[in-house]
Amino acid sequence: MPQVSMTVNGKPATGDVEGRTLLVQFLRDTLHLTGTHVGCDTSQCGACLVHVDGEAIKACSIFALEVEGAEVTTIEGMANADGSLNTIQQAFQDHHGLQCGFCTPGMVMSAAALLKENPKPSETEIRDYLQGNICRCTGYHNIVKAILAASGQETAIAAE
Amino acid sequence: MYAFEFERPGSLDAAVKALQEEDAQALGGGQTLIPTLKQRLAMPSKLVSLKGIAELQGIAQEGDVLKVGGGSTHGAVARETKGIFAGLSLMASKIGDPAVRNRGTMGGSLANNDPAACYPAALMATRGTVVTNTREIAAEEYFQGLFTTALEEGEIITSIRFPLPEKSNYQKFEQPASRFPLVGVFVAKYGDRVGVGVTGASEDGVFAWKEAEEALAGNFAPEAVDDLWVSAEGMMSDLHGTAEYRAHLVKVMTKRAVAAAE
Ligand SMILES: Cc1cc2nc3c(=O)[nH]c(=O)nc-3n(C[C@H](O)[C@H](O)[C@H](O)COP(=O)(O)OP(=O)(O)OC[C@H]3O[C@@H](n4cnc5c(N)ncnc54)[C@H](O)[C@@H]3O)c2cc1C
Ligand code: FES
Ligand code: FES
Repeated sequence: MPQVSMTVNGKPATGDVEGRTLLVQFLRDTLHLTGTHVGCDTSQCGACLVHVDGEAIKACSIFALEVEGAEVTTIEGMANADGSLNTIQQAFQDHHGLQCGFCTPGMVMSAAALLKENPKPSETEIRDYLQGNICRCTGYHNIVKAILAASGQETAIAAE
Repeated sequence: MYAFEFERPGSLDAAVKALQEEDAQALGGGQTLIPTLKQRLAMPSKLVSLKGIAELQGIAQEGDVLKVGGGSTHGAVARETKGIFAGLSLMASKIGDPAVRNRGTMGGSLANNDPAACYPAALMATRGTVVTNTREIAAEEYFQGLFTTALEEGEIITSIRFPLPEKSNYQKFEQPASRFPLVGVFVAKYGDRVGVGVTGASEDGVFAWKEAEEALAGNFAPEAVDDLWVSAEGMMSDLHGTAEYRAHLVKVMTKRAVAAAE
């Protein structure tokens, strides 16, 4: 079986995988990092979103062997060094940006990628960026508010 | 998924060689192929990843032509063609979602030739050229119907060449669940001609709407197509839209694209 090596949340990670092993399977089944969720497994929902070399990637739609040598960040790598929630995570809590929480890891990873690209996104830009992240619970309003708050902006949004 | 071997060659030559093996298949961004494999609709013995091949990268203007490496992601196309080719940049920026755009490639999309894929409309409107490891194929010969192209087994799209228009625009009437276009129209205006490429509509895949091209060449204004009529015959029909609805959208999207062209 081929071996794969990558850096996950700053730590080296190595394991045996098959050609068909998806990154999300390697993260969850081999590394036991179960914060990265599988919602659809058909590339639609974004619950599996992680960062690979800083870019937002759906971990259900990339093979582990494609990530050889890369730096991966998952939701487990997002908290502050002292274990407290980072700004985006805290904003999701403060603004009730989650209900069941299933989509939340993907939402937080997506939001982090957005804010890196665009530190003060408008409401429209946030909604546009989150097109690939599906939430069955919140109706998105509070997710958008949380991201506005995390970027230091007013959280008043237009009712839709 | 059925089991397969995975290989990531570092050069085009090595990839061409790896693809000569029986049932070997190229892997671009995997945004179409991986879901297909999950449904067990394909059974390659080996996947040959094209991601590590420098020859497939790079987006550059060469005189009045834009050359896009076959391995360029939609995200790279969106960013790097802004200011050079507005319509193509806009098109790429609306494909799927940010994560799909970070992986999916132009070569993969054109090789797949989904009847609702975006890039075929741009390639058809510009009468661009698909460049492979062995030859150059003009847009009109390249597309051969749903999911069918002129590519031979194991042939790799190395780059795509678009004659740069003076003005261009893409109008995508989005099907919100899949984020693919229900109908998409690309308009490209040149000094002596206008190209109109239509995707998502016809049962035969992408096509050039020639009557509109002629009318717009004489008068590049939305009203120029007012008297034209798109037949519903041969249009796709499904729960998202009837053939008549799609035929109607072709005209509406064309007018919008002309009005917005820059
Ligand atoms: C949620 C979602 C939304 C999407 N929305 C849109 C949309 O709005 N518009 C749109 O156009 N597309 C859309 N797509 C499809 C997306 O653009 C894919 O990236 C694209 O169709 C395939 O490109 P790929 O690089 O991922 O190819 P892959 O999936 O890796 O491969 C597809 C096919 O092309 C072959 N191939 C790959 N690269 C090459 C090459 N260089 N030369 C020869 N053959 C090659 C493969 O062998 C395979 O047969 C969407 C996809 C998803 C998951
Ligand atoms: S599980 Fe990956 S997109 Fe839904
Ligand atoms: S909080 Fe339940 S799916 Fe989003």
